[in-house]
Amino acid sequence: MNYRIVAKYIGFIMLVEAVFMVPALFIGMFRGEDGAVTALVFSILLTFAIGLVLSRVRSGNSISMEDGFVICALGWIVMSLFGALPFWFSREIPRYIDCWFETVSGFTTTGSSILTAIEGIPYSILYWRSFTHWIGGMGVLVFLLAIVRMPKGNGEPFNLMRAESPGPAVGKIAPKISETAKITYIIYFALTVSMMVVLVIEGMPVFDAVVNAFATAGTGGFAIWNNSIAHYESQVMQMTIAVYMALFGVNFSVYYLLLTKHFRDAFLNEEFRWYWGIMIGATILIGINIIPMYPGNTGQAFRDSFFTVSSIMTTTGFGTADFDKWPEFSRYFLLIIMMIGASAGSTGGGMKVSRLLLIFKHLKVQMANMIHPRRVCIVRMDGRRVEDSVMFGTTAYMAAYMIIMIVSMMIVALDGKDLETTISSVICTFNNIGPGLHMVGTTGNFSAFSDLSKLVLSFDMLLGRLEIFPLLFMLSPGVWKRNTVNTAPKKTKKSV
Amino acid sequence: MYICLFPAREVPENQRFKENRMKIVIVGNGKIGHLLVEQLAKEGHDIVVIDTTYEKLHYTQEKLDVAIVVGNGASVDVLKEAGTEDCDLLLAVTNSDEVNLLTALLGRKIGAKNTVARVRNRDYDREMNLLNTSFGLSFSINPEKTAAREIFRLLQFPSFLTRSSFAGGRAELVELMAQEGGILEGKRLDQLPAILNKKALICTIERDNEVIVPSGSFVIQAEDKMSFSSATADLPFLLRKLNIKTQNIKNVLIIGGSTTAFYLANYLKRVGIGVTIMEMDKDRCEKLCELLPEADIICADGSKQSILNEEGISKVDAVIPLTGYDEVNIMISLYAKSIGVKKTVTKVNRLEYLSLVDTTELDAIVSPKSLTANEIVRYVRAVSQSRDGSVETLSTINNGRAEALGFTVPETGFFLNVPLRDLKLKKAVLIASIVRNEQVIIPDGNTCLMRGDSIIVIADPRRMISNLTDIFLDNGGNA
Repeated sequence: MNYRIVAKYIGFIMLVEAVFMVPALFIGMFRGEDGAVTALVFSILLTFAIGLVLSRVRSGNSISMEDGFVICALGWIVMSLFGALPFWFSREIPRYIDCWFETVSGFTTTGSSILTAIEGIPYSILYWRSFTHWIGGMGVLVFLLAIVRMPKGNGEPFNLMRAESPGPAVGKIAPKISETAKITYIIYFALTVSMMVVLVIEGMPVFDAVVNAFATAGTGGFAIWNNSIAHYESQVMQMTIAVYMALFGVNFSVYYLLLTKHFRDAFLNEEFRWYWGIMIGATILIGINIIPMYPGNTGQAFRDSFFTVSSIMTTTGFGTADFDKWPEFSRYFLLIIMMIGASAGSTGGGMKVSRLLLIFKHLKVQMANMIHPRRVCIVRMDGRRVEDSVMFGTTAYMAAYMIIMIVSMMIVALDGKDLETTISSVICTFNNIGPGLHMVGTTGNFSAFSDLSKLVLSFDMLLGRLEIFPLLFMLSPGVWKRNTVNTAPKKTKKSV
Repeated sequence: MYICLFPAREVPENQRFKENRMKIVIVGNGKIGHLLVEQLAKEGHDIVVIDTTYEKLHYTQEKLDVAIVVGNGASVDVLKEAGTEDCDLLLAVTNSDEVNLLTALLGRKIGAKNTVARVRNRDYDREMNLLNTSFGLSFSINPEKTAAREIFRLLQFPSFLTRSSFAGGRAELVELMAQEGGILEGKRLDQLPAILNKKALICTIERDNEVIVPSGSFVIQAEDKMSFSSATADLPFLLRKLNIKTQNIKNVLIIGGSTTAFYLANYLKRVGIGVTIMEMDKDRCEKLCELLPEADIICADGSKQSILNEEGISKVDAVIPLTGYDEVNIMISLYAKSIGVKKTVTKVNRLEYLSLVDTTELDAIVSPKSLTANEIVRYVRAVSQSRDGSVETLSTINNGRAEALGFTVPETGFFLNVPLRDLKLKKAVLIASIVRNEQVIIPDGNTCLMRGDSIIVIADPRRMISNLTDIFLDNGGNA
């Protein structure tokens, strides 16, 4: 590992983070929230100062795959550590571990909260809390790639993008990685702004519209009211949010295809079709299941069902209805779509629809081969062959996914909470959803967990957001050996 | 009762074909190149052969009355040495597509009047129209695709159907009899475009031993013998519309995953025939699997009978061996026939093998090499005749009482770009189909003739038509 380059990039990340805190400061000054302003000023100065020092480290330009992973994993941890400062300095959340949990939950777009009462917290802090979703949704490294002029190397920035982008394989939509990052961010930004505008037109207060748009765009789910989106009684607003959540769960390269008028390719995208298929199917099944709870108001049942499915599947975690009180079938079904998650290349979390598709296709091919050994079958996606390396990567991911989930559940179980709470708390943090079942349901929160559990759950969130490997990689001792020989970076292969 | 008639016969090259000697440069003296040299030399053209190896060229020169140039055909110096600057035709048939394309491009630039290149790669084949225009090719040949098209043709239709193919197998004339109570009985001809979706045209009708080129008011009766013109690709549609059962082949086993197999599988999948391809090479299997999602690919040695049995050779309707070995292909077909497979089409390149086996047992034989050579020879004949619009091909239909003439529309003429309804054709003369940019057009009153079109004209033999201008009434234009 090249320590210098890692330090340099972490410095960059902190500089960006400090700049991102500034709007919250203005809001605080505008509203006269003195305590919060002081906290933000200190946080910004501290983050900026350390960031500046680190970013001045002299280093070479080449980022190996290893460095990319470490920058990504460490960067996210450091970012959360400093991002927690405004909460801590302002004493809104007294204990640092809770601040960290809240910030990690923000950056990883999870939306699980330890706050028992949201109302009453200063607007500037609430703004920062929701804005972490927006930053985390597309990723701070992708942002860096989009704005910072990368040194001319041999395609190494790709190593950064790959480490942070969700999905089984990263597809470039433009030949240059910086262009790809830029286009993605422009689409992201435009969608977010359009959502704010729509919400304001529908009559939502401007501040609410802004923070809700951030939380939706990042598929995060921090709300600024204790009863989440149910606070806005307007059906129109609720449905607007539901639709936008679903939109942010779509692979952004599909939007690029649409923008460049490749409509056919966009609609033939298998993941895109399955994503909507699963969402519509789940809405109908759950809707039917909960009809008895809405006597004489079937429409409301399906509206709530759609909102909840959209919120859970895109791993946002907003709520209009307390799905914890729904029949067992619906609760179980929601737990399943929590794990399925959104599309690759979106801001959502979870296992990703494309991975699930790959796994099922692989299974089909393997079974066909067992009966018919001479027959040659290949896994194809969007009409193209899936490279073996992608397939192996996906199976490895699935294995790691299961192991981490099981181990985390074991540790959280030490707290002695009931099984439903234990299992769903891990599932909903690991898949970056937010609310789980029972104690951590829509009305509950995570404040009752022990520090150990909070730590484990925080790491689960990071593992889920960064798709496991960068963080796991950091744990392997080989990575921490200093590079003595200047090895040429491995060429990364573009696929799917 | 639709079976008809007498096979179309190729009329010997009589005085109606003009003697037209051309200067031809052939680049590449491989299998196909050699066959071409042989054929074209026989037809009396002046030929220069270019190849990189002297030995084979020398042999060719000794055997045939041709000139040779040793060197790289894609080099301008070599091309000039061979006299490409004033040649009528440059044929680039080396085994490399890229060299052929480059040769054709350069040849065209330095003055060859017509260029033909052999392009067989699937990746280029898809963009052939673009390549043809950008490389200035008059024509391109793809032996594998030609073979596949021929196999498909053989597989698809009952052998009793009388058919004549034109324009390299793209357009067809089919002779059928109107059935009693059939869809066509009692219909006026001008109602037909609606029934047949403008995909076919009735050219001649034979009734009471008289052959007529009918007009729109003609009413079809049962037992009329009709000849239709249609695109080859639309033939299945036509037969289905007329309720004629084709040989019922639902699934096909192809042995050997060659390029021909790929093209054939594509043709078959378009008409909904199930394809299984057996190929030994694992990598090739995966490639095929990628290219042909609908086909079943089996990685096994198809020359082994036990494997053929295990993979269900007895369950398929047709077996098509396309391996690189003629002997193996013949043996597989014989075995398939012996266990009762309905149909086999065997690829055999060295036709001399066929004298050793009882060919009646092999349903149909396809020789890609000679198919391709024939295609080129046909084209060369066309070029040598088409410069002034004289007749290129001639075959008779309705037992010699009508003839189908092939023309290429020349560069100039009063008939260019004029809707057909404004052109006065002679009586009992009909334009049956037009092939333009590989597309078959069934003409109606709005269609125009454009230069470079291949057209098929149906005419009364007594008219003795030998030039395209002969089909028009004298007052038809101001030429």
